[in-house]
Amino acid sequence: MDTSPYIELRDVVFTRGDRRIFDGVSLDIPRGKITAIMGPSGTGKTTLLRLIGGQLRPDSGTIRVAGEDVPRLKRKALYRLREKMGMLFQSGALFTDLSVFENVAFPLRVHTALPEDMIRDIVLMKLEAVGLRGARELMPAELSGGMTRRVALARSIALDPELIMYDEPFTGQDPIAMGVLIKLIRDLNSSMGLTSVMVSHDVQESLSICHYACIVADGQVIGDGSPEELRAHPSEQVQQFLHGHPDGPVPFHYPAAEAGQDWGIGGSSR
Amino acid sequence: MMDRLAAFGRLGLAIIASLGRSGRFLAGVLGGVSKPSVAFPLLLKQLYSIGVLSLAIIVVSGLFIGMVLGLQGYTILSDYGSEAAIGQMIALTLVRELGPVVTALLFAGRAGSALTAEIGLMKTTEQLSSMEMMGVDPLRRVIAPRLWAGFIAVPILAAVFSVVGIWGGMLVGVEWLGVFEGSFWGNMQSSVSFTADVLNGVIKSVVFGFVCTWIAVYQGYDCVPTSAGISSATTKTVVYSSLAVLGLDFVLTAVMFGDF
Repeated sequence: MDTSPYIELRDVVFTRGDRRIFDGVSLDIPRGKITAIMGPSGTGKTTLLRLIGGQLRPDSGTIRVAGEDVPRLKRKALYRLREKMGMLFQSGALFTDLSVFENVAFPLRVHTALPEDMIRDIVLMKLEAVGLRGARELMPAELSGGMTRRVALARSIALDPELIMYDEPFTGQDPIAMGVLIKLIRDLNSSMGLTSVMVSHDVQESLSICHYACIVADGQVIGDGSPEELRAHPSEQVQQFLHGHPDGPVPFHYPAAEAGQDWGIGGSSR
Repeated sequence: MMDRLAAFGRLGLAIIASLGRSGRFLAGVLGGVSKPSVAFPLLLKQLYSIGVLSLAIIVVSGLFIGMVLGLQGYTILSDYGSEAAIGQMIALTLVRELGPVVTALLFAGRAGSALTAEIGLMKTTEQLSSMEMMGVDPLRRVIAPRLWAGFIAVPILAAVFSVVGIWGGMLVGVEWLGVFEGSFWGNMQSSVSFTADVLNGVIKSVVFGFVCTWIAVYQGYDCVPTSAGISSATTKTVVYSSLAVLGLDFVLTAVMFGDF
């Protein structure tokens, strides 16, 4: 079995406006495993997925997916590579004018010339895998948040991709929907031999299913390894994030002028 | 003073950058050719939603504008005893000017704003991103059929507008105010030239259709993906389209009819 990493990032630098989002990030994402990328809000986790998917280009550094140098791919080759990728967006991003069935059938209709009865069978199989075969006639507006994500998941596995990326899959989900998603991510990864990348700040849920995790903060990878290795990580910043301490290397207070100056009295600086 | 100068420079740069982006966007849309078997059904769907569904407003507006032209024309022309020329006046006004211009303005308000809002909302809800990640180019799948549909629909709508307007003018002039029907149609037939009037009107409506739809789809695609962003993009579509139509109308009229 091929043990080389499925995705390799080397010294990736990415700036948006005046803000440097990534300052030399290097990361290997192992093949066939679930990798969790965690970090505080606003550290560019979703941006990382968009860089991997070629929707954004880094200022410098290399990003290789399945051996292909994503930022240097021509448009056609990039779109061909994307057929091997599935992505579950935070909002689900279902096409609101199409039914559940048609949403899942969409990539099949665009990329294959399969006959209609075969498309129907595949769509129903994918919907069965996420437990929503019975919801095929519903429109996206009629679905709950959890169901929307499950349909989006069925759509992203319609073409049997090699890689699937989850953008904050657990955010805003009730405990049951969260349990369902955790089970689906784990089952799909093992049954389809997928490489899964999950961006999340739900620490416990992520660590419970991933094989490998890394924490991104301040434009850098501040810690990585297996869930056990991360829990025992010596970095204070990693421990603060994992345990959700309100104050620590990431300060409670946003940088501000001296308190006394703001209130017009003599006081200490923060 | 320097601050104002800098702000002025920034504004200029932003406008040029936006023009550049919209040009690249247009090249991306027109450059990619989809298979006819895929593109045709998508185009038909858009022709229906932005062309056929705009018919009601075009027909009603055309009728009223034609009727008003009939009334106003009769009032003015009868002072000179030349009310028989009313048919010619209505037809020339509609075919040369009001048909293309008012159709384009109504189209920008009815269909252009809807296109911007639809595409903007697709962007905000990540539908365009998810399409890209499925290996489907949204420029070809979403934007191109809408752009072509607008390009095709506006000249046809303008023709419908002019025809209904002339009929409305006839209703008022002939049926109500009693202008002789033979001179109404006869004067029109002898004075409206196919190339100088009708064809120039068609050229105008083709240009307006293209510009209005381009502005609408670009504003939707380029909008800031928030609710405020969509609202501002929709406003921009209507304002920019209207200004572009009126400005271009002057330029085209000067080129077509300004040869004295």
